[in-house]
Amino acid sequence: MDQSRIRNFSIIAHIDHGKSTLADRVLQLTETVSEREMRDQLLDSMELERERGITIKAQAVRVQWKGHELNLIDTPGHVDFTYEVSRSLQACEGAVLVVDAAQGIEAQTLANAYLAIENDLEIVPVVNKIDLPSADPDGAAAEVSELLGGSADVVVRISAKTGTNVDQVLDAIVARIPAPVGVVDAPARALVFDSSYDQYRGVIAFVRVVDGRLAAGAGLHAMAMGTDFDAEELGFMAPQRVPVEALEAGEVGYVVTGLKDVSRLRVGDTLTTRRGGAAAALPGYKDVKPMVFAGLFPTDSDDYPELRDALEKLKLNDAALFYEPETSQALGFGFRCGFLGLLHMEIVRERLEREFDLDLLVTAPNVAYSVKQKNGGWVEVHNPADMPRDPEEVQEPYVRAQVIVPKDYVGAVMELCTERRGRFDHMEYLSETRVLLTYELPLGEIVYDFYDQLKSRTRGYASFDYDIAGFRDGELARVDVLVGGEQVDALSLIAHRDAAYERGKLLVERLREEIPRQMFDIPIQAAIGSRVIARETVKAKRKDVLAKCYGGDITRKRKLLEKQKKGKKRMKQVGGVEVPQEAFLAVLNLDGEKKRLQ
Amino acid sequence: MTPAARPVVSDGETCDTVAKCAGEVRHLYVHLPFCGHRCGYCDFVTAVGRRDEHGTYVDALVAELERERWRLCANVDTVFVGGGTPTFTEPDALRRVLDALPACGELTVEANPETVTPELAELLREGGVNRISLGAQSFRPELLQVLERVAGPGDVRRAFQTLRDAGFDNISLDLIYGIPGQSAADLDADLADALALEPEHLSCYELEAKPGTRFTHAHGDELARQAEAMEGYAERVVETLTGAGYRWYETANFCRSKRGRDLRAQHNLAIWRGADYLGIGVGAVSTLGAERRRNLPSVARYVAALEGGDAPPREVERLDAPTRAVERLMLGLRLDEPFAVETAGVEDVVDADALERLTVAGLVDRVGEGVRLTSRGRLLGGAVTAELLA
Repeated sequence: MDQSRIRNFSIIAHIDHGKSTLADRVLQLTETVSEREMRDQLLDSMELERERGITIKAQAVRVQWKGHELNLIDTPGHVDFTYEVSRSLQACEGAVLVVDAAQGIEAQTLANAYLAIENDLEIVPVVNKIDLPSADPDGAAAEVSELLGGSADVVVRISAKTGTNVDQVLDAIVARIPAPVGVVDAPARALVFDSSYDQYRGVIAFVRVVDGRLAAGAGLHAMAMGTDFDAEELGFMAPQRVPVEALEAGEVGYVVTGLKDVSRLRVGDTLTTRRGGAAAALPGYKDVKPMVFAGLFPTDSDDYPELRDALEKLKLNDAALFYEPETSQALGFGFRCGFLGLLHMEIVRERLEREFDLDLLVTAPNVAYSVKQKNGGWVEVHNPADMPRDPEEVQEPYVRAQVIVPKDYVGAVMELCTERRGRFDHMEYLSETRVLLTYELPLGEIVYDFYDQLKSRTRGYASFDYDIAGFRDGELARVDVLVGGEQVDALSLIAHRDAAYERGKLLVERLREEIPRQMFDIPIQAAIGSRVIARETVKAKRKDVLAKCYGGDITRKRKLLEKQKKGKKRMKQVGGVEVPQEAFLAVLNLDGEKKRLQ
Repeated sequence: MTPAARPVVSDGETCDTVAKCAGEVRHLYVHLPFCGHRCGYCDFVTAVGRRDEHGTYVDALVAELERERWRLCANVDTVFVGGGTPTFTEPDALRRVLDALPACGELTVEANPETVTPELAELLREGGVNRISLGAQSFRPELLQVLERVAGPGDVRRAFQTLRDAGFDNISLDLIYGIPGQSAADLDADLADALALEPEHLSCYELEAKPGTRFTHAHGDELARQAEAMEGYAERVVETLTGAGYRWYETANFCRSKRGRDLRAQHNLAIWRGADYLGIGVGAVSTLGAERRRNLPSVARYVAALEGGDAPPREVERLDAPTRAVERLMLGLRLDEPFAVETAGVEDVVDADALERLTVAGLVDRVGEGVRLTSRGRLLGGAVTAELLA
């Protein structure tokens, strides 16, 4: 295909603004899939994605429209996958920016729009859901044109749900998004913007050929990782795999690599041919590093090998997942896992539980800390229990956070950000009523309940996004928890010195509620070093015996006793105290994060 | 009685079990399900207001006893006639039950105060009854009302006196505590009123509001509200009764200490010590070696089966050795006498580390070869036993 008739584009949007629905309509309208084949949100192929209505792994589909070849490159919709989004965008010349007509611009709209602008993409703004009774297409269009600096007239107003004006979107893509301008006879360079793992065919790379040509059977070389393999098959998605002889400059498609390990081919890498290959890779490759860590332990310690196998399998499909064995006095054998963010963590956990049928205990998440050692070197600490009690210097990751909120709630958001050690950066009015606030915040302050708090203090109106800004010095303290006088490693946490007292107090209060009364008083203490900063007591039970037990009752009473025994077995023994699994989740206030996904 | 007439082996019974129990069972339970009225909290097998059925039921009951009699030794140790309200049974029918019973050491009959008359007391005496368990439950009229009891406090006292006058020198009173609306002062008053009658024996049960019952539906919220306050009631009962000289010999049971007389409930004591027992009548449970069986609760089906010459419909539970051991431990630890872990064959189900921990914690005492729960341990008996189980 002549490059001038190719258009490569992504659809970007805040969550729930209708990206996947629009993608579905595009596939229908271009007759890429028949009505009969149509499943809603076809592109989200993983079960979990469909259920949650979010896109985790990007995919690329080729459609035909009025003599043009359009490659729709789907992007992950969440902050944790910003790097993947940026790679997807780099594979495009343009992006369709979808904004909900009833909601207007939200934080992810902005984040994604900025990413698109950074990648020099032509943006086709679209206001969706105009069929909603609460829709305000003019207001939303005004916000979009303000953001992009164009006229509101070019904003296409559609309903992806009913199909209204979706053809105009396709026309605008053809008319306004530039064709690719690769050098056809240069050495081949193809950007890997996504990959997946097929258990029979190994790693499948999704690529945008920038220059030159990839041919089936050719020996290929991944320039950043230095991995060599043969292109066992090339093709494009429609949306099932359609093999072709070659992919040429400007085209988007897939490469079956035969590689058995997804970590050998990273998103962002450049593929070239082994013979006559390119000298320089495409710019922008970055090794993504996990920033959020948590311990994963099997509820039943016998399941440890299953958990190990499951993580190995997940890792095949998820290069960003990190794990290493961890041993906890309280929880036994498990793994300390690293994630790109909280959503990533939730997804991994759900996949482990759902696809591998594992019953897991996940400890409270923490961020990566950088700790200065006695010899002057720096080491990264992923587990609060590994933090030295009195470190000389500690650095923690910061994020640049963007919050969009109606102006009446600006005060509430500023207050929250200040409480969370945020540093105000700037504020701007997106419209007369809506304000964008930018803060720098420690990532450690948002892994707990920040999002929950943000939503409740703004009555749900705030939207929020962030990206990692780097490591900064932090005045941090390690708070340990003692149950029945014994330290419980899995409950240790790291907090800012000023907040350590409050957090410790809150934690022991929560634990007092979670730990059932037992035969003895159970002291629960929070301590920094040897100094106890908070204490609660779970009072001993005064009575726990069934009064009546005669000949006719024995079977029932025995069953009750066995049930009681079984209940005890499900608890973790910490210094003679039975701690229910729920107690370990007391610190893990992920509820707020879950709401964000729904 | 000799095990001459070998009965039909009924569903689930193995000859092994049958042979093993021949002539050896020393404890008999007899169930008379009839009541004048069903109290809200009750979950026993009862049948209300069918006076015309008493005769046919007793015919069936006697028939079952004849079928099973070969299991019993000639002179059994104890017979316990429970209900329902056994004393609500038609006098002629009740007399026939008593006449059919084997000779025994202790013969207890449960009675409700409103049914006790001099005539009834006489009938019981003539029938060989030597112990009465009287369902007093409370002496507060408003609490009796909550429990939907027919008798008032006056009836309880009158019944007690009638039984004494008839010569019964071993009377037990049943009390219930933890009744919705019962204050600590109410409980103290109930205990004082009960003690004033000087019963030989007291059974004090905490009210169990079983989920799904009419009673729980009506009072569940109130009970939940009072739960914390009522947590101390068991302790209060123990302190008051032991303070009055009663022996707290089982979790919920107390007896007076009289020189030369063991006033513990011998029938139940045997069961708590792990003895086999035969139960007859609807809903009655037997434990015979490795088998526990429970007659089904339907009076009509029970009568029909026995009239037709068959065994009553029942369900059978197999008790393997570890299960029996768990039960022996569970029951044995309810008593104030040392429980011999080693000799009872229970050592396999006991966690030695837990035993050590609980001993150090002051919940279990080691007494010679046996173990015994301390006072606190007994109040936490459920949790302690669960902890002890390996």
